[in-house]
Amino acid sequence: MDITPELLGRLIDRSASAVQAHASHLTRLDQAIGDGDHGSNLARGFVDLSARQGELTSLPLGEALRKMGMALVMKVGGASGPLYGTLLIEMGKAAPEGRAVTLSDLAHMVEQGVAGLKRRGKSDRGQKTMLDVLCPVADEIAFAATAGDVDDLPSRVREAAADGLEATRPMQATRGRASYLGERSIDHLDPGAASSQLLIEAVIAVLEEAP
Amino acid sequence: MTRPVGLMILSHSAQVAEGTAGMVSQMIGEDVPLAWSGGDAEGGLGSDLAAIIAKLTALAERGAVIVLFDIGGTETHAEMAIETLPDAWRERVAIAQAPLVEGAVVAAVEATSGASLAEVKTAAEGVFS
Repeated sequence: MDITPELLGRLIDRSASAVQAHASHLTRLDQAIGDGDHGSNLARGFVDLSARQGELTSLPLGEALRKMGMALVMKVGGASGPLYGTLLIEMGKAAPEGRAVTLSDLAHMVEQGVAGLKRRGKSDRGQKTMLDVLCPVADEIAFAATAGDVDDLPSRVREAAADGLEATRPMQATRGRASYLGERSIDHLDPGAASSQLLIEAVIAVLEEAP
Repeated sequence: MTRPVGLMILSHSAQVAEGTAGMVSQMIGEDVPLAWSGGDAEGGLGSDLAAIIAKLTALAERGAVIVLFDIGGTETHAEMAIETLPDAWRERVAIAQAPLVEGAVVAAVEATSGASLAEVKTAAEGVFS
């Protein structure tokens, strides 16, 4: 898969518009079990990426992802900035240089991104966080890369993200602001998992349209 | 006597960070290097990593620094700020897992007595024990 500047630009735009369109929904989820700033914080970060699209898309993929990650870290005042930022920075470090991205490359990038995210958040699956969406997604991509089976990868990734989000509902949060609520965090979707699922949807939609 | 350990006070709120720094100053005057950062770049609640990096760098350049924070995300920002420091300075910085206001006051008092970074951190973290 060749991630051209044009394709990267569409990925940024679609991610930004998805976050903006659902900002109030994310905020409502965050008001229930967090501090209520997730939607507006994330929108601010992604609007900034959109505004700097020209500068970002002219760079090699790895450098573009690292710059995007740093921009989110600097721009988003809540924990989601460092978390999404670290995900992109680590994916950028793992990106191949000077050639198109293979499925194995993508699997490696996502794996490295998720590993960095786990370190940054001192967290893992099952703690009612964005990792409950991103880990199953990484697993699907890794499985497809190993098996060489890409036929229904987009729909399997979609399903993994949607199931991962729903799986956060009965969980009790043990990381992040929601952990202060203890058992009262149960029966709510995790806002970070919700934004991750949104972004996965946006990325897949663009990739499916790509020639 | 070596230079006292400096204090970096971080909160989601500028008022909380500044107010905590004020309480520390009132107790120990100018004896301990002190900096604070609170709120995001737009003046809302949150963290401003660029501001944290600038202030932490200025403190770490001069000696050891104990970082105190309020909740969750501020710690993540503190960790990222520490990672941006040159290797030689990074070892001089520690994050205290302590309540912000009480921890800062205890850390400052400990620092004025010439305690090491590890001693200051232990004192702050043991504030309620």
